[in-house]
Amino acid sequence: MVTLGRYFIFLGTLVRNRERLKVYLRLILDECVDIGVNSVFIVAIVASFIGAVTCVQTAYNLDNPFVPRNIIAFIVRDSTILEFAPTISSIVLAGKVGSSIAGQLGTMRVTEQIDALEVMGINSSSYLVLPKVIGAMLMFPLLTIMAAFLGILGGYLAGVIVGVISHEDFMTGLRFSYNPFGIKFALIKTEVFAFLIATISAYQGFNVSGGALEVGNASTNAVTASCISIIVADFVLTQLLLA
Amino acid sequence: MIEIKNIAKTFGDRQVLAGIDGSFQPGETSLVIGGSGTGKSVLLKCMIGLVTPDEGEVLYDGRNFLTADENTRKAIRREMGVLFQGSALFDSKNVFDNVRFPLDMLTQMSEDEKADRAHASLQRVGLENAEQRMPSEISGGMKKRVGIARAIVMNPKYLFCDEPNSGLDPLTSIKIDQLIKEITDEYKITTVVITHDMNSMMEIGEKIMFLFEGHKLWEGNSDTLAHSDVKELNEFIYANKLLRELERK
Ligand SMILES: Nc1ncnc2c1ncn2[C@@H]1O[C@H](COP(=O)(O)OP(=O)(O)OP(=O)(O)O)[C@@H](O)[C@H]1O
Ligand SMILES: [Mg+2]
Repeated sequence: MVTLGRYFIFLGTLVRNRERLKVYLRLILDECVDIGVNSVFIVAIVASFIGAVTCVQTAYNLDNPFVPRNIIAFIVRDSTILEFAPTISSIVLAGKVGSSIAGQLGTMRVTEQIDALEVMGINSSSYLVLPKVIGAMLMFPLLTIMAAFLGILGGYLAGVIVGVISHEDFMTGLRFSYNPFGIKFALIKTEVFAFLIATISAYQGFNVSGGALEVGNASTNAVTASCISIIVADFVLTQLLLA
Repeated sequence: MIEIKNIAKTFGDRQVLAGIDGSFQPGETSLVIGGSGTGKSVLLKCMIGLVTPDEGEVLYDGRNFLTADENTRKAIRREMGVLFQGSALFDSKNVFDNVRFPLDMLTQMSEDEKADRAHASLQRVGLENAEQRMPSEISGGMKKRVGIARAIVMNPKYLFCDEPNSGLDPLTSIKIDQLIKEITDEYKITTVVITHDMNSMMEIGEKIMFLFEGHKLWEGNSDTLAHSDVKELNEFIYANKLLRELERK
């Protein structure tokens, strides 16, 4: 409870007393590269394989001749867009981006780099953390869209290659009862996850005291706390937006 | 001139500083000495505003730093340079960008002007050839010098150094000490150096303040250091066996 309060106070310091806008543009760009571009590979791999597994698995579970095969593609599409692309990608990113944010800020804390900023009169939390939060919120949705696309593609390729579904059936299922709100929902979730991962990890890193050991612990805590918050937020948002 | 009055700080139920008074003059290198854990770093952090003392005042040429409004505090901050115990260089920036950083953030200078200032500062500490190196690629002594270059690039009126020669070999230590002293004389800076290095005390201690368990027990200079009648101070400086033997002769 105290931690939660401190977390909100920390969020407040991000927006108070900011530096010049020009300073942030550069930093945000750097973070976009760091967070976004460097995560493309891992997200792509995970998304394609999850799509593939979903397709093949669904096919085996649905080997009743009365169920049309195109349902498989329908299931792959919806589960990928609604759940796998935003949530699984975010959990992967919590591991990659969250630990690196916490590690980087934690190291800056214990090596007095944050003190050095403060002494110059720079609001260190907004200077260091705000660009990361904005960078994450800009890049996560793009990664999610990519993940959704690759997930469905992975499902298609696996399905056709393994021979559980034909090209025509997959295309029919893919177009079946399409609801565009699904994508909007996925993007809203992703933005919330991006914000949670970036701020929680930054909070963990920023509040390290001690040395290298504590920095390591902060990274671990950042990933754990981010993952839990993603799962909880996923549940809450699904209730709020889909129910 | 910096004056501190009756500084006290408690962490939890541990009193780290109690009633510390003192004043530091421009163009003079003042040392704060004392054993490990006696509160030297905390005193420095109270002075530069990283720790808020429970009691007391810190005056920068008469301006009360702790109670000043945000603009005055910012103005005072711009007049101080700090060399941290571990140098605290930004490890994502190269040496040159580290030194230029305060100019980027705090001034409206043109690019050329900033580059000139940063070059000059690095030249002053003898590192004009290492400008493009990353902090991870340079030695501890070089890091300290980059730290000094960054601390003086804004032409500070006040310079603070927390153990500028910890972790350095004796020769490099002396060079760093000399550098700090020269810069202090040259630009008439008010310099406060924390140290427990005997060499520094004898070499650059124009004024020395001895802390023991959060209290100021003695004040003097390098000439009077060895002849005090403060028991704790004598134990502190004669902890070194060699010095003890020298004293006996
Ligand atoms: N933020 C803090 N919270 C709690 N205790 C602290 C904090 N900072 C310092 N202390 C305590 O204050 C005491 C004095 O610490 P300080 O860092 O000033 O010592 P020092 O004189 O600089 O020692 P050294 O020569 O080893 O650097 C120590 O016992 C330390 O544990
Ligand atoms: Mg110290």
